[in-house]
Parts: sequence; structure tokens; C-alpha cells
Amino acid sequence: MTRVSMKVDGVTYEDDVEARRLLVHHLRDTLGRVGTPIGCDTSNCGACTVLLDGESVKSCSVLAVQADQAQITTIQGLAEDKTWHPVQKAFQEHHGLQCGYCTPGMVLAAVDLLNNNPDPTEDEVRHGLEGNLCRCTGYVNIVRAVLAAAAEMRGAGAGQAKSTVGVGA
Amino acid sequence: MIPASVDYVAPDSVADVLSALTAAGEDAKILAGGQSLLPVLRLRLAYPSTLVDLRKVSEMRGVREDGDAIVIGAMTRHVDVLADPLVREHAALVAAATATVADPAVRHRGTFGGSLAHADPAGDLAAVAVALDATLVVEGPGGRRSIPAGEFFVDYLQTAIGPDEVLVEVRLPKLAGDWGVHYEKFNRVAQAWAIVGVAAAVRRDNGAIAEARVGLTNMGSTPVRARAVEQALVGVPAEPGAVAAAAAHAADGTTPPSDLSGQADYRTHLAQVLTRRAVLRAAGVG
Amino acid sequence: MTETDAGQMVDTGQIAEKIADSDLQSGPDGTKEMGRSRRRKEDAKLITGQTTWTDNITLPGLLHFALLRSPMAHAKITRIDVAAARELPGVIAAFTGAELAGELGSLPNAWTVTPDMVSPAHPPLAVDEVRYVGDAVAVVVTRDRYSAADALEAIEVEYEPLPPVTDLEAALADGSPLVHSEKGTNRCYDWPFAAGDYEAVKAKADVVLKRRFIQQRLIPTAMEPRAVVVAPIAAADEYTIYSATQIPHILRVMLALTTGIPEHKLRVIAPDVGGGFGSKLNVYAEEVIALILARKLGRPVKWTESRSEGFQTTTHGRDQIQDIEIAATSAGQILGLKVDLLADMGAYLQLLTAGVPILGAFMFPAIYKMEAYSFHCTGVFTTKTPTDAYRGAGRPEATYAIERIIDELAHELGREPMELRKQNWIKHEEFPYDTICGLTYDSGNYEAATEKAMGLFDYDGLRREQAERRERKDPIQLGLGISTFTEMCGIAPSRVLGSLSYGAGGWEAASIRMLPTGKVEVVTGTSPHGQGHVTSWSQIAADALGVPFEDVEVIHGDTDSSPKGMDTYGSRSLVVGGVAVHHAAGKVIEKARRVAAHLLEAAESDVEFKAGTFSVKGSPEAKTTIQDVALATFAAHNLPDGMEPTLDSDYVFDPENFSFPHGTHLCAMEVDTETGQSKIRKYVCVDDVGAVVNPLIVEGQIHGGLAQGIAQALYEDCVYDAEGNLLTGTMVDYLIPSAADLPTFITDRTETRATSNPLGVKGVGEAGCIASTPAVINAIVDALRPSGINDIRMPATPERIWRALQESATAGSATGGAQ
Repeated sequence: MTRVSMKVDGVTYEDDVEARRLLVHHLRDTLGRVGTPIGCDTSNCGACTVLLDGESVKSCSVLAVQADQAQITTIQGLAEDKTWHPVQKAFQEHHGLQCGYCTPGMVLAAVDLLNNNPDPTEDEVRHGLEGNLCRCTGYVNIVRAVLAAAAEMRGAGAGQAKSTVGVGA
Repeated sequence: MIPASVDYVAPDSVADVLSALTAAGEDAKILAGGQSLLPVLRLRLAYPSTLVDLRKVSEMRGVREDGDAIVIGAMTRHVDVLADPLVREHAALVAAATATVADPAVRHRGTFGGSLAHADPAGDLAAVAVALDATLVVEGPGGRRSIPAGEFFVDYLQTAIGPDEVLVEVRLPKLAGDWGVHYEKFNRVAQAWAIVGVAAAVRRDNGAIAEARVGLTNMGSTPVRARAVEQALVGVPAEPGAVAAAAAHAADGTTPPSDLSGQADYRTHLAQVLTRRAVLRAAGVG
Repeated sequence: MTETDAGQMVDTGQIAEKIADSDLQSGPDGTKEMGRSRRRKEDAKLITGQTTWTDNITLPGLLHFALLRSPMAHAKITRIDVAAARELPGVIAAFTGAELAGELGSLPNAWTVTPDMVSPAHPPLAVDEVRYVGDAVAVVVTRDRYSAADALEAIEVEYEPLPPVTDLEAALADGSPLVHSEKGTNRCYDWPFAAGDYEAVKAKADVVLKRRFIQQRLIPTAMEPRAVVVAPIAAADEYTIYSATQIPHILRVMLALTTGIPEHKLRVIAPDVGGGFGSKLNVYAEEVIALILARKLGRPVKWTESRSEGFQTTTHGRDQIQDIEIAATSAGQILGLKVDLLADMGAYLQLLTAGVPILGAFMFPAIYKMEAYSFHCTGVFTTKTPTDAYRGAGRPEATYAIERIIDELAHELGREPMELRKQNWIKHEEFPYDTICGLTYDSGNYEAATEKAMGLFDYDGLRREQAERRERKDPIQLGLGISTFTEMCGIAPSRVLGSLSYGAGGWEAASIRMLPTGKVEVVTGTSPHGQGHVTSWSQIAADALGVPFEDVEVIHGDTDSSPKGMDTYGSRSLVVGGVAVHHAAGKVIEKARRVAAHLLEAAESDVEFKAGTFSVKGSPEAKTTIQDVALATFAAHNLPDGMEPTLDSDYVFDPENFSFPHGTHLCAMEVDTETGQSKIRKYVCVDDVGAVVNPLIVEGQIHGGLAQGIAQALYEDCVYDAEGNLLTGTMVDYLIPSAADLPTFITDRTETRATSNPLGVKGVGEAGCIASTPAVINAIVDALRPSGINDIRMPATPERIWRALQESATAGSATGGAQ
């Protein structure tokens, strides 16, 4: 067992963990932060994406011991004072989710993307999310949501917040 | 899936890493970013006795200049390699290939050295290392030794690193002159491994190709240096016909694998097409 | 602009604009909810991570179990020993298949498609023989998931290999090894259907074309892996089953029948469920095992599959060999169609395995008129994971084959493929139309959808570009692909299902409860897992009852609170379940009208209901709201004589007909003839799904279906080797496209109301997945036609396209097929 300390969604936790324990199992089974789901065992799907020290990581491919002293933000800690993050708002507004299983990872991957590139093109959004799989939406509305959130976060007016992804000819 | 039980140490110096490796014996496994190792452990394809985690070894991180080389610490993450001005200036081919590695979340964890030490011939960085004549510096109980990239990759997932050694840094000679670079990755979906990849660096002189470096991804059990192409390119004009003739040698001497993502003859063909495209792009044409 | 049958002009274009403009708050002001892009009520918890996926559920004393699975496709179990596993720390129990055989029973199949269908026993844990890689042989029950994974490795099993059966045609040959030796055959069933005399029309045809198409095996891959938790009250022999399932109601019935535990002692809950696409439309071994372990141990148990485990054990989709023949005149008139299918059942029959190809049988003639149709399907056992429903279930296969061969016929006749379709499809003035299969297509307008799609696509412009690229021998060639389609949705009239020997009906139940405060609870028998029923049903109820959208709650997915239902699959939920909500609301209004008349001291026939208010004809000041009536029926102080208190209703809707959405999909593909890489340049679809409750949700359903259908055409392929090993066993090798691999689709709608239900709705869940696959392949083949290529097997990988080009170059100008 190894003693690890990490701050998850603003709360510091100290636990003794087995070396082999995956961060995502530590979050879910030990800390009860079950908002972060697991979708694969090969780090392909991205459903388990969290922010580790502000950067997106797949929490199924990080050991809990590797996250010692880290600050982690899960989907449950993204909203501040119950105010949704602009990406969360945009996902609802643009119907960027259906079953919602990929959504925690997709939202956090999008937050990371916009932190690094506040004004992405559609192509940059698509490539920025290539590590997160969704089986319901066909991604069109996810891309719309991320572009809209980007505009919102840049402080553009509502007029510019409208998606640039075309519908119709 | 869930990894099997394993011991764990996280030393904070190379010296302590080496002690830990010696103490743990042959079944120890070095953990760098873990982006290839963790899935292997989860699927229980490997049962190491001890994980020696390098995350606290700060001396293995970062990029520095050392005379006519730049030196990338083995534990430098892909995202940090990509953002590094020295890499962009002197080893732009490394940046071009790194940008295609997996996806952003993986690039936040995965490391330059970890990727090379994993030695998957489908990995994008190994072809760059051989193309650029990188030197891989490993440290063991007897001190440091330098291994040319061409000798570092021994076989599928096997390197010249000894069981009691660790890869500490990678030295890349600066490219002097008017070099253009391109990494051409061919895969079926964005996050898939390369079916074939071509790393190309080209020095131009008066519209002709003066010198070229070409490395191939996934054209054998190790990354391949396409020397026949390089030789054929010297002095030819940077235009499609001449480059295509040289690129026809891309698969010379290779033994590409046949697997789910492609049969050997298809890979042979792809290597030729992609080499032409990579060289032309590197030369600023096409 | 399109004309509805009511004559009203509806602009269904520029959906995003409409969505952006739609307002978010409603009031009882008569504004229709139907057609409004309400943001989903479901989203709040999903976007903030406050979800109840089955694996999130923990209970005091919860145990975990894991299954040891066969690494061999076919073998005798000669020895199995769990003793060492039992001794490990944290292990509560371990059992072999033989030890539990008496309690586990045999997994159910609900569709005996012919009286003589071969239906082998399907033990949830294999007892003496394994028949596919992933067949479970033993179970360990432990205190946490990590010890369960460890304990599996302590189980000792010895296998004696038996020959695998992996090829459909070889499986039917004399002397083939048998999957179920006791049955004496690998042939599960033969199911013929014929209408008209195909051989006679063939004899008079000028052109007869025959093609073989391969529907590769697919892995549905809902993002949430399967999971099940069972909580027992051991002393009472009562159980609550939480399962990541599409079918809590059917599961309850089937668990009772399988285990013998009385149905009324079982409560099944489908909590938040993360997608299904047919793969959770089943009764799985793990659900039965969980129930029996909870009963045996008297403690709650949980199982969650890993993705690679699910790839081996959660049902697969498609996997058919399609031999299709079309007979036509030289003028292009289709005379008849003959279809012979070999359908891979896999090793066992799961819930609907046998029936999936039969669902497609009626769809091969599609939107075309013809004189004769002959169909034959042979179900075949192999030593692979069982197949079952996957998004579209039979209809994508049928649509693919007919739309591919129509393109082949057009090429043969030198006709423009859309013109050939127009010549043969059912004209809008011919509806209702009785098809060669005996279905009655109630409504449709293929001309309108096609015209709109052609306009959005710039078909003529792209054809010109194609000609230019051909002319200059551009390495990037362009191809245009068409897919028109219809499908039978809204499964289904119970009598029809009975005539097809399906094991249950196709009705759906809804209840409405007006609460004393005027709020509304809608109880539905559908079981959503991403479709947005809570939002759409709220809109339907709000419209019918004249109450605010916000005042409606929708309850689902728990056999205690929603006791009756047939669940969610087959694009049935809106067409059957949503319509049931509408009818249930109608019953509430009728009761409320009697109360209102009583309170207003008016004759019932003089009381009108509009927008939530009852008023008396001729006395506009005499009125009361439905909320006031709800309170009055709750108080029950002053009700008509003999009336029961409270205002609520139940309705079970059994549709009289299927519904028939249709559409026109157009795809432009760029094909790199040097590498074989293909890329979608433009994708346009115009779907007619009838009246629309929520355009935002409808568009989302289309998008998702398109992605899955395109993925079948280009990416996904479940591959077994000759030994029966699953080669695409993880997401590394089974390619699910990401955002970077797909384009932004251009979607639009026309609106021809269904006549078989009062809402005019047709269903939308599967449309995109049905139509897109042939559009993509037709486009690729169209790009390659000048090389003499007339087919590319799915998925159309770059390597397959490159090989086809190589072979055509070798064969010179001869017309040659490609693998």
C-alpha cells in the first residue's frame, strides 16, 4: 500500500492504495465520485477523462499512485457554485448528448481543448476530441456545442455564439 | 479489466532508479507516462513484479541545447515536446510526428522516452529517431552509454536497453541549412496506430534536394531508415516525377508485417506513395 | 417548404435556425409543444455527473462477481476446479457451471420463427462444452472487483479442443463439424416467403442481375458496458434487479420463466442506461447468474463487464451473406426480386437472434413496385458470439442489398441511378399502397424528399466535377451515392407479431396521474437510454392536457412504478409509447370533462376543452381549469354520483399498422486511388419521419444513426480467424469513428404524416443507420466504375479499394468484381 493524497473537486483525500489501483477506480469506488464512468480497457474511448492539474487525462490509464499530490477535476466538480461551465451549458443547448455516458469525458476534453485553443476551427475541435468516442450523437451537435462554448467563453455576444457548423445548403 | 498486483517504487533520481531496478530484479518494469503500459497491465498481458515509476525524476525532464545537438529528457511529455521552441527550431520533424501521437489526453501523460523505449514499430517517434540519427543515452550501474537509434531498436517491443538500465535522454543533431520536414501518417481512424508512417526531412538547395532523411513507421519489426530513398533523392529536382522515382525504393529491404490493418504488399505500396508525398511536402511541394 | 396532407406549408429547412429561435418557456396559452425544440429535461444530471449508471450502485454488503471465459471457440471441458480460487483472500464463493446448472436453467429465445426451428439449450454457465470464445465456464464471488479479477486466475480448466465452425457455407456442407452435435445439424431454420411468381417474371425479363453482398459482423458498442446488480430480500425470496438493459419489463418476465422465481417477487429497474442499439435488448447469462447468486448467498451482487469482455459476450449484429437477384425490363421497369440469405446465429439463440433477418424480409422490395418477390433465409449456427438486434435489425441489411443492386441495374442499363429509382418507386398519389410483401404503406412522398435532397446536395454540380476528375485522371476520384429507403417502424401490431411466431405483443402502456396540485405524472412502458423520452413525452402530455411542459414528469424503467410495458427498440417508442401517452391524456380529459360539467352545472356535451380550460358553450365566463378539476377530484367533495375520486388514466395502445418513415440520402465520396483511402466530401439526407415532436431530438437521432451506418460502410468489422478467435477484441482493433473521422452532415426533413396514429408520427431511431450504409458504398463504387469495379466489400477499407484497383488494372478493361 502507498499513501496518496489528492484534491478531488476541491476536497483533499488521503488514502492507502494498492499500486495497481487505477485512478478511475480510486475516484469511483474509494471516493464515491461516480460521475466519471469507464468505457473501455485500452484508453481508446475517453469516457473516464478528468482534468489532472488542469490537463485532460484518461483516468483509466493513470494509477492512483501516479496522481499523488495532484489536483483533479471531475465532471462533478466542473460547475462552480452550481453554475454550469459554458461547455456544459452549450452541450444542453445544442443537444450534444443523448445517453450521456461519454458526456463527462467529452465535456472535460472540450474544456481542455478550449483552455489551449480558445478560438478553434471546426476541424480543430474534431481533432481535439479524437480521443473521446460517442456512439449516439454522430458528433455534429458536440462540435456545434464546443464551438458555441468557445464563442461564449471568448466573450462574444449571443449573435456570434451561434454555431458556425452549417445545416442546410 | 484490472492489473495484477505489483510492487511500486517512485525514486527521485536516476541513481535511485538504478538501485531500484537492481533491487527489483528482472521482472521489474519502468513506468514512464504509462500510456502504453497501463492498457497492457489492465489486459494482464504482462505481470511485472515491480513498477519503477520515473515521475519524480526531474532530471529526466525537459529539452536543452548542447552544442550542435538538442537533448530531450526521456520523461519529457509529448505535450511539452510539442510546445518546446528548441524542438520546433531544430527538430521540427519530432514535433510533426509527436502531434500525431494518439490524442490530447494521451499526449498529456505519454513521454518521448517512454514511447521510444516501448519500441512499438507502429509508434510514430521511432521512425523520426532513426531518420534524424538520434542518439539514445541510457544509464546503468556502469554509467552512461550512447546508442545510435539504428542500433537501439532490436526487435518488436525490444530495445538495446539492459534490464538494469534506464533511457535518460535522447540527443538529436540539429539540422543545419534549409530543411523542411513532414510526417505522413496513414491510418483508418484518427486515433488508430499508423498502418504505415513516413518521417521525412529534406534539405533544399536551389530547387533541388541536396540531402534527405527518411524513416518508416510500421514497415518491419523495428523502425526503418529508407536509405535507398535518401540516396536516390540526392541532387534530384523537388518535383513529383523525380521524387516518385526515388520513393519507389521506399520498401527496399523491408519486411513489413501482415496483420489486421494491412497485408505486407499493401504496406509496401503505401510506403512508396507516402514517401513521395512526405518528401514533396517536406520540400515544400504538393 | 413541403406540403403536409393537411395542406399546411411547413418549412422544415434550416433546422438549426429554428432551434436557435425556439423559445424555452411555455405556459397554458395554447402554444403547441409539438414541433418545438425543447432542451432536454434529461440533460441536467448527465451533464453534471449525477447519474445512476448500474455500476454506480452500491449497497451494504455488496459482493462482486466475475466470470471465467473460454479462450477456445469450441471444446469439451475435461476438468474444471475452483477449489484454489475459493481459498484466496476475499473470495466468498466460486462455482462451476455444473454446480449451478440446476438453478440457472436455459437462457430464453423469444422468437421461434418456424415450428421446426432448432433451438439448443443455452446454459448461462457452460457445463461440459464451450461453443464460442467468451462462453462462461465458472464464476467467482468476492468482496471487491480487484479480488474477483485475481480469483479468476486461480481456476483450473482443461479443455479438449473440438473443431470450430466459422464459415456459414461450410457449416451447411455435409460432414461439417457441428456446433451442437446433439442436434445433428448447423441449420437453425429455413424461412421462405414468396409473393407472385418470381420465376415467371424472370422468364420474361430482359435483364437479370445477380449479386452477392456481405453484411459483415458488427459489435454494437454502446458506450456504457453492461452491468447488473441484484439485491435480495433472502427471507422473502424477493429480488430487485438493476440492469443496464433496454427491456426491464421483458427481462422481468423472462427471469421469472427462466429461474422459476415467481414474477411478482421480481422487481427490475433499468437505471440510467448508456445506450443500447439492440445490444441491451436481451436476457443475458450474467443477469440470470446474478439473480441466482444473490438468492444462493443472500447478499447483493454486482457484475460489470469490461469492454474487451463485452466484445466477446454482448450480442453482435448483422453477419449475413446476401444473394440477391433482380429481374427487369430493358426499359428499366423492375419485375421481381429474389433474395437468399444465410444468417449467422452464432453459437446460441439469444432473445431475438432467429427473428432479426425475418424483420428484414419484408423490406427488400423497399419503396419499389414489382410483380413478384421470393425470399429465403437460412439461419446457421457457428462457434461465434451470438448475433441479435443491432440498430435497424434486418432493415439495414435489406436496404443495403436493394439499394446496391438498384445501382448495379442502373449501370447495366446505362441509366442515371436516381432516374431508375423514380421510375420504379411508389408515387405519392398511390398511397396507401399495398406492397408485394403484403404491407400497407400508409403514407409517403418520395418525390418531395428526393427533390429537397437533390437541391441541398448540388447533385448536378458534383456530377460535373466527377466528369472533370475522370477526364484529367485525377488521383482523387469522386463518386456519388444514392440511397432511398423506407423501413417498418413502430413495432408492432400484436396480431402481426403473432403471425410471425414472435413470443409477445407489440403494444405499449401509458398512465397519467393528475396530482392534487395540478402537476402531472406520466408513466410510460418505454425504457429510454438516450432517446429523450422524458422530454418528448412531456411535450405530448403538455399539448394534450393544456398544462405547462415544466409541470410534467415522466416515470419509467422500474417495474414497480411502471408495471406494464414492452420497452424500447425498433423505433417503436414514440409511435407506440408516445401515442399511448396521447391516448391516456385523452382519457383523463374525458373524465375531467364530466367533473367540469358537474362543477359548472352544465351538460357534458356543452363543455369544451381547450388549452387546459373547460368552458361552457355560450357562457364564456363559466370555466374551470384542468388543475382545478384535478384538485376537485382529489378532494372528492363534490363529484358526479358514482364517480371514483382522483384524476388519472391508463391506456394500452396496440397499433393497427407499422409506420413507414422514408428518406433520400446522398453521399459524395472522394477516393484516393493511390492509397485507397476514401473520405466523405458531402453527406445530405432528407428524412420524412412524419410529424415531429422535438426537432432537436429528431435531428440528433438522425446524426447518430448516420454515424453508425457510415461506420459499417467504412470502419467497423468484427473479425474472427479460422480457429474462431476474435481478432478485433478491443477498441484498438475494432474501429469506432471519432469526431475527427466524420463530417458535419446536412440534414433536413419533409413531413408526411402517418395515418395510423393520431399524432402522425413514424419513428426515427434507426433511419440514419438504415439509409447511410448503401449511400456510402454506392458512392465509392460510383467513383471506381471507370476501373470496371462493381463492388467493394464492407467495410470499404483503403486496402480493399486499393486491391480492387490493382485487380482491375491487371484484368485490363474487363468488368471484374472485387472482394
